[in-house]
This record gives sequence, C-alpha cells and structure tokens, in this order.
Amino acid sequence: MTEPKSNQAMEWPYPVNYGKENEVSADVLIIGGGIAGCHAAINAAKRGAKVVVVDKGAVIRSGLGGAGVDHWHLACTNPCSKVTPEEVVEIETTKGLSPYFTLEYGNGITCYITCKESYDALLDVEKMGVKVRDVDDEFVGAEFRDEQTKLMFAYDYENKYFIRVSGGANIKPALFNELKRLGVKIYDRIMATSLLTDGGKQGARVVGATGINTRTGEFYVFNAKATVLTTGAPNGLWIFSTELGGATLFQEPNLTGEGTAMAWQAGAELTLMERSSAGLASGGFHYPMYGTGDANNTWFACTIVDANGKEIPWVDRDGNIIKTVSERYRPVPGQKLFFPYLAFGGEFRGPILTPDLPERIRKGEFKLPLYADLPSMPEHERRAIWGLMVGNEGKTRIPIYNTYSKAGFDPDKDMLQASIMPPEAYPFNTWWATYGPRQWRSGGFAAGGGLVFDWDLKTTLDGLYVGGMAIYSGGSHATSATAGRYAGRKAAEYALRAGEPIIKRKQVEEEKARVYALVRRKDGIGWKELRAGLCRIMQDYCGEYKSEETLKMGLRWFDSVRESEASTVYARNPHELVRSLECLTHITVGEIIMHASLARKASSAFLEFNRLDYPEIDPPEWNKLVTLRLENGDIKVGELPLNYWLLQPNAPTYEENYKKHCGL
Amino acid sequence: MENEAIMVPSPMTPCRSVIIDPKLCNGCNTCVEVCRSDVLLPNPEKGKPPILMYPDECWFGGCCVGHCPIPDAIRMEHPLNQRVGWKRKETGEYFRIGMKNPPPPNTRPPVG
Repeated sequence: MTEPKSNQAMEWPYPVNYGKENEVSADVLIIGGGIAGCHAAINAAKRGAKVVVVDKGAVIRSGLGGAGVDHWHLACTNPCSKVTPEEVVEIETTKGLSPYFTLEYGNGITCYITCKESYDALLDVEKMGVKVRDVDDEFVGAEFRDEQTKLMFAYDYENKYFIRVSGGANIKPALFNELKRLGVKIYDRIMATSLLTDGGKQGARVVGATGINTRTGEFYVFNAKATVLTTGAPNGLWIFSTELGGATLFQEPNLTGEGTAMAWQAGAELTLMERSSAGLASGGFHYPMYGTGDANNTWFACTIVDANGKEIPWVDRDGNIIKTVSERYRPVPGQKLFFPYLAFGGEFRGPILTPDLPERIRKGEFKLPLYADLPSMPEHERRAIWGLMVGNEGKTRIPIYNTYSKAGFDPDKDMLQASIMPPEAYPFNTWWATYGPRQWRSGGFAAGGGLVFDWDLKTTLDGLYVGGMAIYSGGSHATSATAGRYAGRKAAEYALRAGEPIIKRKQVEEEKARVYALVRRKDGIGWKELRAGLCRIMQDYCGEYKSEETLKMGLRWFDSVRESEASTVYARNPHELVRSLECLTHITVGEIIMHASLARKASSAFLEFNRLDYPEIDPPEWNKLVTLRLENGDIKVGELPLNYWLLQPNAPTYEENYKKHCGL
Repeated sequence: MENEAIMVPSPMTPCRSVIIDPKLCNGCNTCVEVCRSDVLLPNPEKGKPPILMYPDECWFGGCCVGHCPIPDAIRMEHPLNQRVGWKRKETGEYFRIGMKNPPPPNTRPPVG
C-alpha cells in the first residue's frame, strides 16, 4: 500500500469478528429498510408474520426518502380529489410521451396501486404521529387548503390529488417507531450480499439471504419463508468522484445495486436495464438538492425574474401567457387535469415558463442569472414553497432550510439565485441539478431498470416480492410507500402458507468465501481507485452512444478487471470491506446493463438509448420490454409486451386485476 | 515567521460535510448512530466528539444535525463549490452562504 503509514492510523472502534456466523429466522425478510421496506414490514407484521428488516444504514433515517418528503403523489381517493384512480391510470399509461413508462415514470401496476392506496398510506403515517394536515391553521384561507379536512394540495389546485405533507421531514423516525411497536426485528448496518435459494439452485424459490455487518464484519444468514426486496435502484455506476461527492449525489450513496445484483444471481428476471439518462441525476456538478432558485417540482410555480428583475412569463398548455399566480395552479378550461412533470407538451401538460426562454436569453432579452422571486409571491404560496416544501422535502430540512436561514436567507425579502447553465437547459426540470457531460449518466431513477413483477408484486421467483425502486420503473415516495404496503401484505400471505425454508449449506459457504477473500489480502488496489475505474468503463463503453463493438469491448474490460485489479481489492476494516464488495456488485450490474444494451437492437428516444449500429429511432417492432435472466449461469433474453399487466393471464382492466390480487 | 513545515498526505476531499464544536459536543454519538453511511466514527476516548472519518461519503442529508440533542454542537458545511447566493429584492444587496459578515439569521422555523 502506498499510503504513508504515519497517517494517524487508529484502531477500528468496533469489535471485529470476520466470519462469525449469526442465524436469524423470519416469516418475512425485508431487505432494505427505506420507505418501501418499512411499509412492507408494518403490513406484513399486521398480518401476523414474524418480520425481520435488514438495512445497510440505520432504519431510523436510511433510504432515499429517509430525510423527508414534501408532497404525496396520486392521492386520488382523498375526500377532496376530483379524479378517480381509473381516470388517472388511463391518462398516466396511455397519454404519456413514452410507451415505456407513465407520465410519472412509473409502470401500470404500481401506478394503479398508488392511485388506489396512496391516500391510505398517508393516513397510516398520520396515525403514527406525523403532521399531514394544516393542524396549526397556518394556511387558513389559502387556495390550496381545504377548510374542512385541512388537507393542503400541490400543483393542480382544481383536482387536488397531490397532497402537501406538513411534517414530511419526520416520517422516517415515525415509521421506525412503528416497526418497534409492532415487534419487527431490525438489523441495522447489515449489507445483504446474496439471496439464498431452495437447494442453492438458480431460479428456485428464494429462502433467505446472507449479509455482513458493516461495523463488525460478522456474517449473517437469514432464513425466511418470504423475502421482500426493497433495496432501491443501482446508483453511481457512471460517476464516482471523492472531490465532487456529497451534496452533488442525487441518490443516496448506499444504493449501489446489491438488490439488483443478488436478484440477478438468484435467477430473477430484470427489464429496462438498458435505460440510462443524462441531465437530471447526472451528478457531479449539482448544487445542493432544491437549494437553488427554481420553478419546477418542489418550487412549482415560483415567479422567476432575470438579473434586472424582469419577470419570465408563465404560459398555459395552449401557449397563452398566464396573468395571475393563481392560474399557474389550474388546468386550462376544458383540460381534465394536468401533470406537473411534463415539460415537453401534450394534452395534460401543466403551466410552464415560456418555452422560448432559451432563445430570448440568447437574444439578450433576459439576462442571467435568473432568480426565484419569492418576495413577489402571495404570502401563502411563498410560505408553502420555502417553509413547507423546501422545509420538508428529502435532503432539505437541515441542508437547505436550516442552513440558509442561519446564513440570513429570508424568503420575504430575498430572491434565491438559479444555477447558471446553457440557455437550452432552463426548460428542463430542477435547476439545482445543473448540467453534466452526457456520458455521465444515471440508471435506476426516473423509469430505470429493475425486477419484473406481477399483480402480487411477486417477482419471477417464488418467495421473492419487490417494492420501492428495486422494481423496474420505480417512482416517488408515495409510490414506494404504497407498493411496499401492498408487497408486505402479499409476502405475509405467501409466508403464512409456505413450507419451511431449507438453506443449502454449500451456498452459504461459497458466499462466505467470496466475501472474506478481501480481508485476507494485504496489498493490491483500493476500492476508490477500483470504483473510479469501473465508472470509466461505463462512461466509455456504455455511455451516450453504444454499439455492438463497444459494448462487447466493455464486457471484455469488466472481465479483465475482474480477474486482475478487482481480484486484488483489499479491505483494512469492515467499512472498506463493504465499499469494496460494492465495487464487485458494480461489475455485475454494469455487465447486466451491457447485456441488456446488446439485446435491444434499436435506438430509442423514449429510453435515451442510442445504438450507432441501429440508428433508426423507436422502430415499432421494438416497442417492447426486453427481459434478461440467468439460467444455469447462461443469460436468457426474452421480451414482454409494454402493457403485459392487462394481457393474459391477467384480466383486461386495472380494477379487476386489483380486486383479484390486492389482498384487502 | 518560523520556517517550520510538515509533510502530510493530500487532503482526501474538498469537503468537511459537518463541523463538530468540541466545546459543545458531549460525545453521546447520536449522530454516529443516525448516519446512513458511517461517515462518523465514535471517538476511542469516551465522552469526546466523534471522528469525521469518511466525509467524502457523506450524502449531506443532515440527519446527524437534526437528531443532535445539543443545539449547534454539529452543523453542516456545504463545500465552497456548492455555495449558493441570493439578492435582496429591495436593496439589490448580494449575499451568499459562507460570506464574511453575513446578514442576521432568519429564525422562522419550517412548517411541521
């Protein structure tokens, strides 16, 4: 090793016990204690199952939604909603701009489940002590507040199906307390490393998992009648920089793809793995999330002015200039409803900043930088954007609201600066995300790849259920909560009638050997150098433009690195062991993405997928889901129709399928 | 001026992510237990502030600060390359996170 030995090496503060084995039994094992995992655990426990939750971090705050949430999606069954689940799912799945995902970047199954149950999930959280409504009457008289229920709404004030959550920053500790109240066993600081299958066979029933303690290095064997995978989606595959880390990461650093990799090794079917995107979540050059002036998402629909205080016009769906702030929150006459995330057009697009803003910046009509003119907003809207939304959204309560307030930022007086970007970047969402190189991509978020599942939220493996963002085309906080709730019910239902899990000892021994090989090495490559190198392989061979040749070269590079540098990666303590194992996961997930990219022999604008050797964009015969799975170690490529959930053997309508499967 | 110089490895990252005030911290390690990625490790000496061991793995979620039982014992520090500015509408004054002589703090709490 090249690091100076005099660099204040200190003894590891936790007792280390590499190889020591702990055995844990459960009816339902939840892997990943984020929003989906907690709701799954609560609902499985309520059905009488003995539940164990395993989390790489600490359940009290872990997961992508652990720091907070500001608005709750698709609460179509709340008493004020003017839209029905059936109306919304129909629009979401058929009127979008891409056949691969809904308007909200979901899939049909979890979209409908969310429409049906997301308000119930919110009421669950309220019962746990989270402030959901305006109980302090701070917003009496506000347009977005219902005086009777005290519910507050975001975006479309007419249809009232997105709910502003008054105390969303406190949700995760409330879920944690509920797990404890229900007797759920929580195993914090355990990274699951593999799924165990019946007889150790690929494709067989999942009967548990192995894990490693991130502080002590101890080994865990979990046997379970049913397992719910709620690990989130792989993150950080294209970008790794210790110099640009921290606040610049969109997804949380623990989401390194273990769930996807272990499901793959167990033989589960994955889809949409070839999708990746630049722009949002590209990472690296971000400002703190929601921490610059903005007009979108959490900041919708803030007045924006240029450097000279000149206001940028808002326009409605039909291109007409909107005259009042109030109208920015309303559909145009004759429009059934609007969706907040549609920047590009279509029947259901909501109000946006004038789309010709880039050319008007170029012509000098508007001068950069732009500012979010909070002081000019009506008082209730200003307080809703800064105090409620920025005060409670993921990663904002402390990093933005408290930090900026301490530094003297006052929304009554001050205009927060927007990031300075190329003019073309402004019509897109989330200005804090700024603009990174196109080959710095992200998968997983916003309609990324993941596990294939059915109306039971069961994967293609018996005993394995899925929720949150481990599913393909995962979605929001509310979708994670709702799908987790549903998966917990279904897993408990299965577990309570399933046979005892039988663990194959050989499978455990092989995993132990794999995991502990790293701590026996004294010299070699450090995990950071390895991870940065793996990202370079993804950037070069699986970047914005792909071809058969480059993808195959990428696979060759991964193979070569696996037998060379990666086989020397060392760990000096359990923390480094976990980070190094994540690098090995990185290789597996990178290979899946390259194989999926090879299997889709067509370019697609919808999937931000460019094949130089198949340049035709979205030829109709390729409008389908490409699936991949392992069978006896061989990759099996298959396909699914885009709306497989409404085709045989499923019923032809959402309502019928839901009624048949929901378990209520 | 003394011609004293030492040789140390390059700092690993331009960010410190959180700053702990050793005068206020009682070493309870609540922040250590809340942190999702073990950025902080407990001090071998009981009752002393945790060690900021892996700042470059911090997600800047701020949960450690939110759960700290002692006000101001731990605070977030956005790195300089991620500090944002703002303009006071009436006066045109420009302020930013991290400036010398900042305006007085805004004490209004968030909703919820």
